Amino acid sequence: MSAATFRFGEGNPQYDAQGRLRHLLSTEGLRERELLQILDTAESFLSIAHRSVKKTPTLRGRTIVNLFFENSTRTRSTFELAAKRLSADVLNIAVSTSSASKGESLIDTVDNLMAMQVDGFVLRHPEAGAAHLIACHLGDSALVVNAGDGQHAHPTQALLDVFTIRRLAGPIENRVVAIVGDVLHSRVARSQIHALSILGCPEIRVIGPRTLVPEELSALGVHVYHDLQAGLRGVDVICALRLQRERMVSHRLPSLNEFYHRFGLTPERLQWADQGALVLHPGPMNRGVEIASEVADGAQSVILQQVAHGLAMRMAVLTILAGAAGGE
Amino acid sequence: MHRIIRNIRVMDPSDGFDAVTDLAVAAGRIVARGMLPPDFTAGEVLDGTGLIACPGFIETSFQAHTPGHGRDGDLASELRAAVAGGVTQVLLRPDTLPMADIPAVLQEQRILADRLALANVHLSGALTTQLQGTALTEMAGLAAAGAIAFSQAKEPVLSAALLRLALSYAADLGLPVLLHGEEPELAANGVMHEGRLSIRLGLSGRPAAAEQIGVQRDIAIAALSGCPIHFPHLSIAAAVAEVVAARQRGEPVTCGVSIHHLLLTEQDIGFFNLHAKILPPLRAVAERDALRHAIAMGAITAISSDHNPWGVDREGMTFTQAPFGIAAVEWLLPLALRLVDEGVLDLMTVLHLLSVGPAQALGLPVPSLAVGATADFCIFDPDSYFTVETGRQWSRGRNLPYGQWELRGQVRYTLVAGRMVFRG
Repeated sequence: MSAATFRFGEGNPQYDAQGRLRHLLSTEGLRERELLQILDTAESFLSIAHRSVKKTPTLRGRTIVNLFFENSTRTRSTFELAAKRLSADVLNIAVSTSSASKGESLIDTVDNLMAMQVDGFVLRHPEAGAAHLIACHLGDSALVVNAGDGQHAHPTQALLDVFTIRRLAGPIENRVVAIVGDVLHSRVARSQIHALSILGCPEIRVIGPRTLVPEELSALGVHVYHDLQAGLRGVDVICALRLQRERMVSHRLPSLNEFYHRFGLTPERLQWADQGALVLHPGPMNRGVEIASEVADGAQSVILQQVAHGLAMRMAVLTILAGAAGGE
Repeated sequence: MHRIIRNIRVMDPSDGFDAVTDLAVAAGRIVARGMLPPDFTAGEVLDGTGLIACPGFIETSFQAHTPGHGRDGDLASELRAAVAGGVTQVLLRPDTLPMADIPAVLQEQRILADRLALANVHLSGALTTQLQGTALTEMAGLAAAGAIAFSQAKEPVLSAALLRLALSYAADLGLPVLLHGEEPELAANGVMHEGRLSIRLGLSGRPAAAEQIGVQRDIAIAALSGCPIHFPHLSIAAAVAEVVAARQRGEPVTCGVSIHHLLLTEQDIGFFNLHAKILPPLRAVAERDALRHAIAMGAITAISSDHNPWGVDREGMTFTQAPFGIAAVEWLLPLALRLVDEGVLDLMTVLHLLSVGPAQALGLPVPSLAVGATADFCIFDPDSYFTVETGRQWSRGRNLPYGQWELRGQVRYTLVAGRMVFRG
C-alpha cells in the first residue's frame, strides 16, 4: 500500500511529489495554466477526428481500464474511443456484472487489475471520493481519471463544457454562465463551477428551487437564483442539468410537471437570456422536463458538439496524464 | 503489593489538592498522601520526580466490539489501549454484536472483563430492543446483570411517546440514561456536517439543527419522567445551551463532548479522509470554537474519547461506506493537554473533565486520591513529547486522524485498585 507516502487529508492527491498533474480527480484546485494546457491539447486533437487515419501513437503499449460502477453511454464510449485513438489497449469493465457484486472491495478490484500491469484507470463510481481513494492507493503507479464519483465531481465533463464555451461563445473571462436545475446533486455542476472560476469567468449563476439550489452553494463562489427569469437576464451560456426522478421520491420537488413550469428551458424563456446564448446539456436529457425539444434541437443548442468535444477532451486528458507518468 | 511513589505532583480534581508529595498504596487503597505511616514498607518504590499523579480517567463511551467478530478489536485489545491511556474505568456501549439488550450479553461481558482484570468495566444495557426505539428492553433484568446505565449508543429514539415510557421505566430503577440527541429524519443518511464542505464534496450532510432539535426534545421528554439523562457527545454549542438551561431549571441533565470535537473540524476531512468521519460529525471551525468556549464556561462536564475502533480491513472503503468512529483512547490525555497548551482550560479542569465529571454523569463514586480512596490512578509525564504513529498503538483500531501529531503527556503508569495494569 502507498499509505506510507500518502496520508488522507494532506495536499491535493491529484498531484505527484513534484507537483505534476498525475491524476485528474476534480477540477477543484487545478492551476489555470494546467487547465489551459488541457484545453489547448484538446483543440489539437479535435482536428484528428476529421482525418482519414484517426489514430496517434501516443499511448501505444499502454493499457487503460474503464472501470464503471454505474451505467454510462457517452462517457464510457468516448473514453474508450479516446484511448483507442491514442493507440492504447482498452479494457472495459462494467462492475455491476462482476466481482463488486460478489463483495470485493474497490481497492481489491484495482489491485487485481494492477497485477495485470495496467497503466491507468478511468473510474466511475456511485460514491463521492471513490476516485480519490484509488488515486491515493495507487500513488504514482498508475494514472486515475475520475469519470464521475457520486455527487462530487465529473471533471472531464466540465472540461469539455468549458472547452465548448471557449470555442463557441468566446473568451470565458467575459461570459456570464448560468447553470440551471438540480445543482445540489450534480457532480457536473460542481466541476463546471470550479473550472469556470479558475478560467476567470466573471459571473457564474446557479438557478433552481431552493430544495435543489440551496443558498449554501454561494460558498462555491456562485450567485444563487430561485427565479429563472431573473437568473437568465444577461446570460451568455446556459448549462442545463439532468433532473433525476428520485428527487420526487425524496420530496425535493412536487412533480416533474411543476419543475418544467418553473425552470424548464423553453424557446420563450430562452429569450430572457442574451441573444444567441448557448445551451449546453451534459446528457442524457429529459425532454419536456428540464429542456424543451425545441431548445434541445434548436439553433442555440450545442449539445451534440459537446459530445464531439468530449472525445477530444478525453484524448487530451489521457495524453497529459500519461506524459507526466512516462516521459518516454 | 505495597507501593510508594516519592516526590510526585499529586493533582486531585475531586478536592483541588495540588502539591508535590509522596503517595503510598496498600491493599488497593491510598494509605498516605504526604507523611507515610511510620512502619510502612513498600515492595516497590517509584521516583515520581517530574511526573503527575491524578485519578484514573473514566471513558463514558467505549466501544470494544465485545461481543463481536473480533477483527475490529475486542475487550482485551481495547482495554489494553484504555489503560495505556490512563483510563481506569470504561462504560461499554450497548451496540455490540449481538447487542447488549438482553441480560445474557451483559453476563458474558462481565465474565470476560473480570478475567482480563485491566480497567474497571461498567456495563450499559440498551434502552430499547436492538436500539431501534420500538420496544423497551428488560431493564430490571439488565440492571440485575450489572448495567449501571441504559444507553441508546448512537441511535435516536424516533417515537417521542416510547422515549417517554422508556425514561419513566428507567427512572424506577434509579439508573441514568445516555442519549444520542439527534433528530433522525433531519440527519438521515448524512455522513458529515451539512455546510460548505459537504456541498463542496458532494456528500450528504447532517445539519446542526438536527442535534439542537434532538437534544431539546429529549430534555423535554426526560422532564416528564425525572430520569437523569446524559448526552455523552454533543457537538454544537446550541445543544449544550439546552442542557445548561435544563440544569438551571433543576433537571438532572448533563452533557459531555468528545475530545475530537474540541480539536478537529470538518476541514480535517480534506479530500475524503475517512478517519475524520465521526458521529456526531465534526463541525465548522466557528462551532468548534463555540464548544471550546462552552467547556471553558463549565457548561460541559465530561470529555470522552468516544472510542470506536475499526480494523485494518476498513481502509479500502469510500467515505460513505466507512463506519463512523475514531480509536484514540490511548491518547485521550495528550490530546486533552492540547486544550491546556492552547489556553482553553487549565490542567486541573482537564483532569476534572476526564474523571470527576464522567463519574458524576454516570452516578459512579467520585474518583479521588485522598487517603482511603480506591487506588485507581494514573501517572503521566507532562513534559514528554512524542509523535503519534498509526499502527503502533494498543488498540486494534486503525481509524485515527492524529497520525504524526506532536503531543505531550505520555502515561507512565496506570493502577487499578492498587494493581499496576500499565507500565509505559
